[in-house]
Amino acid sequence: MSDNLKYTKEHEWVAVEGNVAAIGITGYAQEALGDLVYVELPEIGKKVGKGDNFAVVESVKTAAEVYTPVSGEVVAVNTAMAEDLELIKKPANQNGWIAKIKIENPSDLEGLMDEKKYKEFTDGLS
Amino acid sequence: MLKTTPLFEAHKALGAKMGAFAGYDMPLYYGEGVIKEHEWVRKHTGLFDVSHMGQVTLEGAGAAQFFERLTPSSFQAKKPGRAQYTVLTNEKGGIIDDLIVTRLSEDKFFAVINAGCKEKDIEWMRQNLPDGLKITYMKDHALLALQGGWAERILHETFEINAHELPYMHLMEARTPYGTKIFVSRLGYTGEDGFELSVPADKAVEVWEALNNHPEVKPIGLAARDSLRLEMGYPLYGHDINEGTSPVEADLSWVIGKENKGFIGAARVLNDRENGPARKRVGIRLMDKGIAREGAEIRDSQDKKIGELTSGGFSPVLKESIGQGYIESKQANIGEKVFVNVRGRNIPAEVAAMPFVPARTKSMKKQAA
Repeated sequence: MSDNLKYTKEHEWVAVEGNVAAIGITGYAQEALGDLVYVELPEIGKKVGKGDNFAVVESVKTAAEVYTPVSGEVVAVNTAMAEDLELIKKPANQNGWIAKIKIENPSDLEGLMDEKKYKEFTDGLS
Repeated sequence: MLKTTPLFEAHKALGAKMGAFAGYDMPLYYGEGVIKEHEWVRKHTGLFDVSHMGQVTLEGAGAAQFFERLTPSSFQAKKPGRAQYTVLTNEKGGIIDDLIVTRLSEDKFFAVINAGCKEKDIEWMRQNLPDGLKITYMKDHALLALQGGWAERILHETFEINAHELPYMHLMEARTPYGTKIFVSRLGYTGEDGFELSVPADKAVEVWEALNNHPEVKPIGLAARDSLRLEMGYPLYGHDINEGTSPVEADLSWVIGKENKGFIGAARVLNDRENGPARKRVGIRLMDKGIAREGAEIRDSQDKKIGELTSGGFSPVLKESIGQGYIESKQANIGEKVFVNVRGRNIPAEVAAMPFVPARTKSMKKQAA
């Protein structure tokens, strides 16, 4: 599982299974946002490009855009999460993902951080 | 470089998440997060550091007349101890700041002004200061707010200060058991019963710790203070009111004293009241999921912009999004169906009565000035 887990500098995690990427936000991002109150999901079938904002997570404080590190088509959205925001704290295999995107270019995944690198990255942020 | 209050170290020791607010490094929330803190104040009692706010006294013959010139409210008939929420108006009838003015004695008044407006307010007061009146900026004083249903009992248990007979919007002078003289005002910004305590800066930590050590008190940050005031429909200066909004547009006509016709900006303010303003501050409640925030457009059923939100967010009590903003007066009716545009999506909403959540101050009767 964790071998397939990659991280972005914008604090998304990406769980890759076959040609589908499940995307969620990291604990670091959740901590920074504070109490979460709303998630805006994309529409199934929507085409997104690498780096596009595809969802919005809102906390008491602010609205944070969630970016996709891969281009492709939204093939699933986590409607359960819209009802129960606690799910966002769970890992990918326990419904912690926001949306799943069918990967167009597997090369998009190159350059994403693994768990160790991401930890070093966040440790370096004050 | 951010300024700090005398309680800065105490906040850090409590693990506060700090943030910049009006030039001060202030606690936004402590360990449990904003929603828990908000709920704690609604159900129990919370302690806030609001020492970034400005405290001034005005002293001398004619102090009451001075405030009747600078604000639309009436002060000459006020008894000592009475506090009044009001606004400083400019020549155009716009709001320079909102503030609480309390009569301490025949010729002495105490005013609490917003942190971000301190300098311009004091400058404005000086410019308009008649001979014989003295303004004193109490920069050696901290301000603590104890807010919640148990505040009266906690004040008594902690300091043996009995505020039982103190009515809402009134101030009394008191002493802690250590002899510290403080002003105790029964008012606040949360809609709960409670007090603001004006304390000498060198005693602020002592008073803060005594209250915070009470088992039923938790420290509360400024983020929850904002969501609490939003549920009450109280305006936040610089967002919901500013130098361009008249108190009538801002739905604050009740601060205008019956006898007061000679205040600065009266021409526009009284004209707005006589003829009705073109736009009005209203409460907005989202009828569907989403979060309404400052700057979002308010639209009618024809998708025409009729106004804009000046603040908004999530109500922890209602579990839905609320806000306030200005819309054209003809649509400013409770229950009016509107839309709030969030990131290109029109979310159904309606004009709602404020407060959104019933206030539990001792008496919310808007006492005639």
